[in-house]
Order: sequence, then structure tokens, then C-alpha cells
Amino acid sequence: MNPKLLIFFNTIKERGIDSERERKILKELQDDGIHEIPTESSRTMDKESKAPFRRSDDIYEYNDFSTLQSMPTLRGLSSNSLQSLDELLERDNQREKDGFPRKIRVGRLIKPGRGGKEKIVVVPTTVEEKFLHDIHFDPSEEEPVAGGAGEGEEGEIIGEQPVHEENGSGTGPGEGSGGPHEVESSAYDLGRILSEQFELPNIKDKGKKRFFSHYTYDMTDRNRGVGQFLDKKATLKKIVETNISLGNIPDIGDIDPSRFLISPKDKIYRILSREKKYESQALIFFMRDYSGSMQGKATELVVTQHVLVYSWLLYQYEKRVECRFILHDTEATEVKDFYTYYNSRVAGGTKVSSAFQLANKIVENENLAQDYNIYVFYGTDGDDWDTDGKEAIPEIEKMLTYSNRTGITIAEHMYGTDGGTEVEKYIKNSGLLEKNPDLLRLDVMKEDSDEPRLIEGIKKLISQAG
Amino acid sequence: MELIDQHTKKIMEGCKERARKMGLRFHDETLEYIVTNRDLLELTPKVMIPTLYDYWVHDVEVLKEKGKYELYPVNPYETVINTRPAISFYNDNNPDWLNVMIFYHVLAHIDFFQNNLYYRHTWDYDFTGQALSDKREIARLRSQNGRWVDYVIEFARGVDNLAGYHSELSRLSHSVAETSSKRLNFYFDVFIQTINKLSIHEYIKEIERYNDCMKKYKERGEQIFFSEVELKHPENKELFRKSLEKKPEGKEDIIQFLMEHSEFLNKEENKWIKSILQIVRNTSLFFQPQIRTKIMNEGWASYWHETLFLLDDRIKGHEVEFARLNAGITSIPRVGLNPYALGMRLFYYIEEMVDKGKYNEIFQRIYDVNERDRFDKDTKQGREFIFKVRENYCDSMFINSFLDQDFATRNKLFVTGMRLNRDKMVYEYYIKSRKLEDYRKVLLDSLYHPPYIEIDKEKNQNNTLYLNHRFEEKPLVNEFIANTMMGIEYLWGGTVQLETSEVAAPAPPQGQYPTFMYPQAQAVQEESDEPGIKWQRVLYTMKDRKLSKETI
Repeated sequence: MNPKLLIFFNTIKERGIDSERERKILKELQDDGIHEIPTESSRTMDKESKAPFRRSDDIYEYNDFSTLQSMPTLRGLSSNSLQSLDELLERDNQREKDGFPRKIRVGRLIKPGRGGKEKIVVVPTTVEEKFLHDIHFDPSEEEPVAGGAGEGEEGEIIGEQPVHEENGSGTGPGEGSGGPHEVESSAYDLGRILSEQFELPNIKDKGKKRFFSHYTYDMTDRNRGVGQFLDKKATLKKIVETNISLGNIPDIGDIDPSRFLISPKDKIYRILSREKKYESQALIFFMRDYSGSMQGKATELVVTQHVLVYSWLLYQYEKRVECRFILHDTEATEVKDFYTYYNSRVAGGTKVSSAFQLANKIVENENLAQDYNIYVFYGTDGDDWDTDGKEAIPEIEKMLTYSNRTGITIAEHMYGTDGGTEVEKYIKNSGLLEKNPDLLRLDVMKEDSDEPRLIEGIKKLISQAG
Repeated sequence: MELIDQHTKKIMEGCKERARKMGLRFHDETLEYIVTNRDLLELTPKVMIPTLYDYWVHDVEVLKEKGKYELYPVNPYETVINTRPAISFYNDNNPDWLNVMIFYHVLAHIDFFQNNLYYRHTWDYDFTGQALSDKREIARLRSQNGRWVDYVIEFARGVDNLAGYHSELSRLSHSVAETSSKRLNFYFDVFIQTINKLSIHEYIKEIERYNDCMKKYKERGEQIFFSEVELKHPENKELFRKSLEKKPEGKEDIIQFLMEHSEFLNKEENKWIKSILQIVRNTSLFFQPQIRTKIMNEGWASYWHETLFLLDDRIKGHEVEFARLNAGITSIPRVGLNPYALGMRLFYYIEEMVDKGKYNEIFQRIYDVNERDRFDKDTKQGREFIFKVRENYCDSMFINSFLDQDFATRNKLFVTGMRLNRDKMVYEYYIKSRKLEDYRKVLLDSLYHPPYIEIDKEKNQNNTLYLNHRFEEKPLVNEFIANTMMGIEYLWGGTVQLETSEVAAPAPPQGQYPTFMYPQAQAVQEESDEPGIKWQRVLYTMKDRKLSKETI
């Protein structure tokens, strides 16, 4: 157990906490997991080595094509349907209008690569609902079982598999199923799908504008003699000028244009010019709780939402957004890329304030507020050792002074009661939401929410009017 | 897709000749196509049937973690499909010796398709042709009714796994079995047993009397037999007449029931929906046998490709390559279940048992291991017997009947368990049990088994369709219930109710924080807390596209 945490625990204990809280906190405190990123090799290994416990599909997994002819087991790749993606979405829209729930989910997408080389997989997916036995349900067994054959006594260990992505955020949504069938597409494609739906709110002109390799083309440059477009006014002026200097206009009260001498050089043309474009910039902080309590779906939900936001930003604002990534348990750290942000495993205790504190510090030290539109997306399960938000609320208040929008997502655990999480309670009690409806948004969802709900959540976080 | 060349076709014909000599039976005509990856891409969503109807879900990745093969009772990568003529697909650059092996495998599959009784309903027509006309029909309806066709397909597919596969089979085999007159059947099956309630002794006497009459009077035997019956039971004739008026109570599955009784579907403007339901139902029925005979089918094919390949004189010099590949296909994995390996070994095992005359009482009474081992009656009937097995069994019967302790011992079968070792942070696989029952349970549990849901006609009141799920210790996938029921509601045109079982809401476990627990730890907790799960019957009601639930 980390002694520093213990001290912290004792201080909050002195402030008084109920037994339920204490239990939760102790649980995190005693959990000795570490944050780590599943290594690339272990992930591919897991995928290739036939995970032995895929239960019922074992028998049916075999097929003549791969077994006899070693032909790859391809499926209709999403690349085939990608052109028709718009059509599919259109169909889904229509479905909703016809009074049936939507059926297509877009962007079961993953695969952040190292060093900013995110590969995002856009796969339109769906399920075919039927009455089926829930094969994963088996109360009588405390552990999964499978067939086997060979030497050995009962009880003998015949193999080991490292606990990799079973635990924490390594397994992104849909990764397991997508497996070898995925097609790698750029984040751009996902962004394209999402783009119609959102827009960054409150974007303002701020200080330093940044030049991008963006140009606009305009007919602003003038050229004498040749060009694309005759600027009549300028040409006429020039002609008059020339004729005055030639003494060809004796009486300015009575000008006879038919007597003008016109030199080819007098013709002023507009030509196409390349203009540099400067645009307001945005800086996005992605922050998430990776404490022990985030285990499982809560993390999945938060990172999925952040992937959605991230890929949308990449598309919509291209390089006009910079992203920073912050992870926190009881202490916050900034990580260098989305990959690390996405994949780091959960462990440790929870102190929400730490993340906001770090973001505030970064903004202050680097003087970012002056030049950037700053947006913050924060995801948590709503659990916080700092029960009343005594430390978090001031940090959030401080953040509101410079940020254009702070969006907090709470993925509530299933066993939680409605409106019961600490973070939700203290944010609501603080009155910040009412005071700054345009700057602070809070979205609470259950951890088993689906993608449409996530997207709705994003809309809520970034919509313009309250 | 193109046909294989003449050279390869000749090899195939040679294989057919040799396979026939060994007793395999199949139609003369077959079609073999070369497929590229691109072809496969297009074929697999259509479960290898090139002419299957178009449906947008085929274009989308379908998430299957939940139901996997429960959703599609068919392997999308079959090399050979059950059509007339049977069509099989091949890689472009297979060497000849490999093609020989695959051809034998394919021929054994075709033999299985065309002789196993679970495929009975697919014997009388060519599915590719049927599928093509269905596809055209659906295309035509789509041009008339637009997107509603796709909704109907979706809703119909929502219940296509409940199609009455077994009653379809029983209907087909029944018509074959019916050799005696209806009146006779009524007399012996209904009248004597349920109306007159004769004892077994008297029943047998009646049969004897009937046989005597037939012997004595030949053609007029039955008439004379009944004239005596009428003397004793004058009511018999009238009852028989009445029984004929009553419609035979065939079991209807949900799709049939909807087509027959839904007021909505029977409106003139909605009649087209019924043809879609019919198509979806037939398609589902066509695919059902494949998944119910996976172990047998692959075992049978492996048995024969091995047996026939080794006897084939054309492939001399490729024994080693064959041995390597074949070992890869048919070895029992250390962990997991391989249908090729298991099925093939079972067929060999059954053949041996019968050859030695071990399937009889005398053998079963022997407990001495050595004596059991030596037992050999040399019946030479093994081969014949496995042909009967391939004709009459499906996977679950196959496992239940033949996977016994001797087989398990010989192949060293065991059940693997998995547990977390927290010190090393690894999952450990260990030998959990070598008991036959445990192994059989794992195997049988992994077989395809759709839920049994029937229509409770007595509770169908006020245009409400009442479905009753016969509970088999496994709940339904909860998140699928709403949409499935919504589909049925649409097709039924009224309220739909589903009675099923669920776990009684567990009290939040005390003193633990579930998400923190690793799944294993949680399970241990459960085990110590409550040994048994409490089930309760619940009633889902779908009304106006809104789902509600109450506990019964």
C-alpha cells in the first residue's frame, strides 16, 4: 500500500466519511494493480494464439476452407460497404422515422498505434436480435471450461496465459469481435461520419493565430497587361492617368473617352493569388480517471467517447486542434499520445481534483489561455475520494475562467443509485452548472450505454445553447 | 468463379469411382468452382449460397459475441454446399494430391448431405434454384414496397431460429411410414387406448385377432375385422368419422402461426408479407441440419478422406505431405474441441466396437479390463454399422450414444479449467476433470440449441399473442428481447407477450465492490454466498412498441 495514499486517506477520514465510502476507498487503496500499457506483442499474440476459452464456438469455429485449403476466412469487409456507409446511415435514419429503434452502430473503432499513428477502424456493425440462450450465463460454474486431451493428472497445470487485456482498458470496444476482419481506415473516415453532427462551441478569435498550409485563392493581385480578369475600374483610372500625363485631356470638365490613347500596359487585370489563411486554434484536454474503480465498462465507455470526439476533431478541425492527454488516479500525469491515453490500464485510488489541477497548471505555465480556445473533456465513473469536491470544485471554477467549454462525462456503474455518484453530487451542489451553462456541461450515463447514447452525450457536452 | 479445368475434373471423377466402391452414395453430378478471395468476400455473407436474397445486414459486420452460431446456424465457410448438384469451392493453386484429399472430404460431405435423415427436407429440390427465385421475388416486392420489405425480413429473421425444424422432419418421415389404413390407425392408436382403455393384454389380443383375420381372409381381412368391432362397439364408426373431420393438429411454429392467424398479415394489402415469411422460414430450415451435425459431418468426411486417400494409387509419393496436413486437421487439441478429430475418432471407434461385437450385453457385463480388451467376436459388421449411424444420427445423439468411458480413456480426454493466479498475474489452464460425465457435459453444452418457445393458445386472448419459453436453465439474451418482440408485434398486429425465466433480482452483494473483483473472485463470492440461483417466471409485454415486464 502506498504510504502517501494512506496519509491522504487518513486526512479524508478525519473529515468524516461514511462506512460505504470508506469501503470503496479502501478497496482502491488495497488494490495493488499498476498502470501499464499492454505491449503490442502481447496483443497480437493474444489474437493469434487461439484463445482456448471461447467456449461454445469451439466446434463451430472449424471450417473446411481454412483447415483443408488454408484459405483465409474473410468476411465481407467493411471496406466494401464503406461506400455505402452513407446509404446505411440514411437507412437507419429512416428507420427511426418509421418508429423503429436504430440498428446500425458506426465506429466500433480502435487501434490507436504508437507515436500518434492512430488507425481508426470504421466498421458499421449491427446485431440481429433473436430469442437466444445466453451462452455466457452459467451460474453453476465458477470458471470457464473447455475440452482437452492428453497426459496429466487432474489438477495439473498445463499452460499459462498472462493477464493482459482482460483487465482494464486494453480491450477496446468491439476489438474482440472485429479481430482479423477489420479494415483500417483513417480517423478521417470516422470523422466524416460524425462531422454532420457536431461543432465546437464558442470558438473565438484569440491572440496568436496559427498559419496552416491552408490557402485561399482570391483574385486580389493586380497585374498590368495580362491576367484572368479585367479590372475595369482600375483600368479606366490608369488610362485617365496616362492621358493626363500625355496632356491628352485638355479640359477635365469635358472628357471625351473616344479620344483616349490606350496603351496595352494600361490594362489592369486581376490574377489569382494564393493567400495564407490564419485560423483560431483550439486546444483540447482529454482527461480521464484511470483509478481502480474504472474497471470494465466505465473505462470502455469513456475512452470510446473520447475516441469519437478525437476522431471527429481530427476531421473537422484538422490541424487546428492540439490535443493534450491527462490521466489521473490520485495523481495526474500527462501522457504523450492518444495511444497511451487510450490503453493505460486502470489501478489505484481516485482524486478527481488532481486532473483539473494539472490542466490548470499546464495552461498557466504555458500561457495557453491567451492563444487558444480551450476545451476540456473529462471522463470518470463519478467516484472520488474527495467526497464533497472540496478540492475539485475550486479547480473546476478556475478552469471555467479560461476554458471555452468543459464537458464532464460520468459513466455510472450499474450498481450505483441514480444521481448517487460523488462527482455528480458535488458538481450539482456547487451550482456551477447553473451559473455557467455555456461553459460547463455534465452528462451522466449508465456504464452500459450504447453508442447512440454516447453520441448524444457528445452533443450534450458541446451543444451551443444550454 | 470458374469451373475447375478438365484435368482436375478427371481427378474428381476418379475419386467418385473409388468412393462409390467403398459404399458412399451420392448423385452423379457435382460442380466444382475455383474461388478467389474476392469471390469469397462476396460469398461468405451469403453463407456460400451465391443466389441468396439480398439483405442489407449481409453488408454489415454483424456482432456475434453474444449468440455467434446461435444466430447463424451455418458455417459461412463451407467448402461444399448442399445443393443439387452439390457445389464445392476450391483454391486456385491446390496441388493434385491435395485436391484428391479434398475431393474425398467433399464427397463424404455430399454423401452425408444426401443420406443423413436430418437433411431429409432438403432432398427434393435444389436450394440454389429456390434461393434464386426467392431472391427475385424479394427484389420484386422491394420494388413495390420499398424499405418495408427489409423490415419484414428483419422481423422474420428475428424468429427464424424458432422455425419448427423437427416437426418439419417428422411430417416428412411420417408420410413415408404411413402404410396402414386410417381407420386401423385410429382403432389401435386412439380408440382402444384412449376411448376404450383396454389393458395391454387385451390390446395384444386385438392385434392377434387382426393378424388372424388378415391371414384368413387376405384382402377382406380388415373389413371382417372391423365388422366384429362394430358389433362390440357400435360407436366406433361414428367416432372415426368425427376424428377425420378434425384437422390434424400439426405443430405450428411462430412463423407459421403468424401466417395462419395474424389478422394483420391476412389483410389483402399485407399478403406480400407472408411470402417473405415463407422465404425466410424455408431458408432457415434449409440451414438447420448443418449445424446439428457438425461433428458427425466433419468426422465422417475426415474418416473417408483418410481412408480413401491412403488406398488411392494415384497419389504415390505424397504420403508424407498428406500425413503432415492430415495430422494438423485431425489431431485432438490439447485444449479445445476439434470436430474433425472428435468425429473421426468416434467413427473409427464405433467401427471397431462393432467389429469386435462389443455393443452387446455380454460385453457390457464384463468388468475385467483385460478381458474387455481381449473381447473380439470378429463380426465384420463395423463398416456397415457406421453407415447406419451416418444415416440416422445427429450430433447430440451421436455424443450421447457413443462417447463412452473407453473412448475417453483411449483418447485421454479431460475438461480444462481456467483460473487466475494472482501472484504471477497469469491465467492458469489446468486439468479440471477426467470424468466422462463432465467432458460430455462440456461438449453437449457447446452444441447448437435454440430456445424452445411455443404459442400458448389458451392465453391468446383479445388479440394478444402469448409466447411461452420452456425454460432449460439458461435465460434468454436479455438485450435482444425488446427488438425481437417488437418485430413479432409488427407481424402479429397486436400485443405480444413472452413468458420466460430470469434470475430473481439478487440483493447487492454485501461487503464487496463487484467491479473491483476480478471475475473469478466474484464467482467465488457467489459460490459461498448462495449456492443456488433463484429463478422466477417473468412476463414481457410488447404493446405499441413499448416493452414492459412483470414478475408472475
